Amino acid sequence: MKLHEYQSKALLAMYGLLVPHGGLAGTPAEARHVAERLAGPCVVKAQVYAGGRGKGGGIRVVHTPHEAETAAAAMLGTRLVTPQTGPQGLPVHHVLVEEALDIDRELYLGITIDSGTESVVVVASRAGGTDIETVAHDHPELILRQVVDPVVGFQAFQGRRLAIDMGLPASMARSLAGQMLALYNLFMAKDCSLAEINPLVVTTDDRVVALDAKLTIDDDALFRHEDLAALRDWDQFDPLEARAAKAGIAYVKLDGDVGCLVNGAGLAMATMDTIKAAGFSPANFLDVGGGADPQRVAMATDIILQDPSVKRILVNVFGGIARCDDIARGIVQAIPQERRALPMVVRLLGTNLEEGKAIFRASGLNVRFVNSLLEAIEALQALTVP
Amino acid sequence: MSILVNKDTRLLVQGITGAQGQFHTAQMLAYGSNIVAGATPGRGGRTLFDRVPVFDEVEEAVARTGANASILFVPAPSAADAILETADAGLKLIICITEGVPALDMVKVLHVLREKDVTLIGPNCPGVISPGEWCRAGIMPLDIHLPGRIGVASRSGTLTYEAVHQLTQAGIGQSTCIGIGGDQLVGTGFVDALALFQEDPETDAVVLIGEIGGVKEQHAAEFVKARGFTKPLFVVVAGQTAPPGKRMGHAGAIITGKAALASSKIAALQEAGATIIPGPAYIGETVKQGLR
Repeated sequence: MKLHEYQSKALLAMYGLLVPHGGLAGTPAEARHVAERLAGPCVVKAQVYAGGRGKGGGIRVVHTPHEAETAAAAMLGTRLVTPQTGPQGLPVHHVLVEEALDIDRELYLGITIDSGTESVVVVASRAGGTDIETVAHDHPELILRQVVDPVVGFQAFQGRRLAIDMGLPASMARSLAGQMLALYNLFMAKDCSLAEINPLVVTTDDRVVALDAKLTIDDDALFRHEDLAALRDWDQFDPLEARAAKAGIAYVKLDGDVGCLVNGAGLAMATMDTIKAAGFSPANFLDVGGGADPQRVAMATDIILQDPSVKRILVNVFGGIARCDDIARGIVQAIPQERRALPMVVRLLGTNLEEGKAIFRASGLNVRFVNSLLEAIEALQALTVP
Repeated sequence: MSILVNKDTRLLVQGITGAQGQFHTAQMLAYGSNIVAGATPGRGGRTLFDRVPVFDEVEEAVARTGANASILFVPAPSAADAILETADAGLKLIICITEGVPALDMVKVLHVLREKDVTLIGPNCPGVISPGEWCRAGIMPLDIHLPGRIGVASRSGTLTYEAVHQLTQAGIGQSTCIGIGGDQLVGTGFVDALALFQEDPETDAVVLIGEIGGVKEQHAAEFVKARGFTKPLFVVVAGQTAPPGKRMGHAGAIITGKAALASSKIAALQEAGATIIPGPAYIGETVKQGLR
């Protein structure tokens, strides 16, 4: 689960990292008030769940409270499009207004879980301010890493080593190591999967400040962080994805026109690939889950139907725990009268298969049964869409 | 023969008194698996299915029944604790079905297990089945497997069933099928699975089912290149149509960089000499042709 920049920075400050002075604004007038209080040049930053905001006009440097108000007015209530959002963009409901700093240098500091070493790893670079993937690609020698021993945790010497290897004077290494340790403590305490400060800046008066901050919390650990779970901003999600997530259905909206309803994540991806192999594009990823009861399947079907681009549906359920009659009942129940002609290719396998097929046949829906993915490809290609 | 589980496996079921644990214990017994004990803290002293004694502690269950492997249906918040308890009791094979174990819990668990020479399968996996040995330590459907000589290793549950079904339909039996799990951090990876299949004289070839996210497939490719695995290898990688930055159900299935793309994984495995299955619909067909 992503956190907004302002939420991330509040946690950073709680753990002893320096963040710029500033405040959150939901209206242009509030932005002006924050800027008046800060008394000096400010930065107005759109709060969305995506990076690359500068390129999309979501970060503005302003010199007066009036300019802050104008900049906020231009962002609030719009949808910000950045290289990471897709063409539809993300809604801006808040801006963060912060003091502008005199920057000497920009560093990168990140903490994540590394699959290779199965450990927490602290990553630092003196090439801050740019996307770390780009740095890793163009200048891999600038990416420094320290693997954390799970027993003793991140050590101060590792922080000093990173600081010195980044080219910082020894006089600053201790304070930077302290900031790294603070971020590590936050990472562990809040079950982060990513904690990234990019850039971490050194000001001209030698302060180390988190100019930006991005925290992602491990979804699987949210059960022990109810306070953080409550921070989720559903407005930043596609409305259908939000509805699915609330119902515990894994759904991702895609660009194609073949809706698909599948049990299991791997099979759902495989079904998307099969749709592509048939010459079409999937409209969604959808994993209805293992023990799919009719209500859940009905909800999943309804979510697929809410997507106006869906012209055909492929159902692929490999029943083990899931029962085919439950699946059939859920789908039939969810399709309204006016959508009954929607062509569907249905592949069911497993418990109560014949009962499931009988329910479909009795429903009058436009269903074609297939026995394999190969047959599904042929059936999709043979469909004529009314 | 087979790997990991066979007719000599004496299975302990942890979380046996929960709904999932009870349902799958019944299924495993129906398949023929030798389940010797169950364990749930606070629920010891009863007998389930007229033959499976339930204990409070894993240590006691092992001492009293000679269990030599364990399968876990323990809720995610207690899964790490249960895995560590099992390792502490001296079991060398632990299969964790549980989905949703926090990643930082797994960092700690894997660190402890490395010191103990324990094989952990999962978490978030369908388990292990050796059809010729009538041992099913998992949640896979009962009637899709066929005894034979092909190993299957996969990050997915239902996609593994799909692959096995296609193989069986094509008349190709399986020695052992392992679901390694869909999380970023799992115990046994593709490399470990390939090493085990390499040593098994009754496995002739392996079907590896990868997906987007992480670098497990690349590690497998390096292992094959280094001649750690020399039998025929067939590969399918799911998620060629997945968009970047979006988690596709599994915690580990997210494209975060170039290496995480299906195309990067396929390229690495192809370079290592694996036969690439063109898509999930062609698993049975491709393996059948390749084995000719």
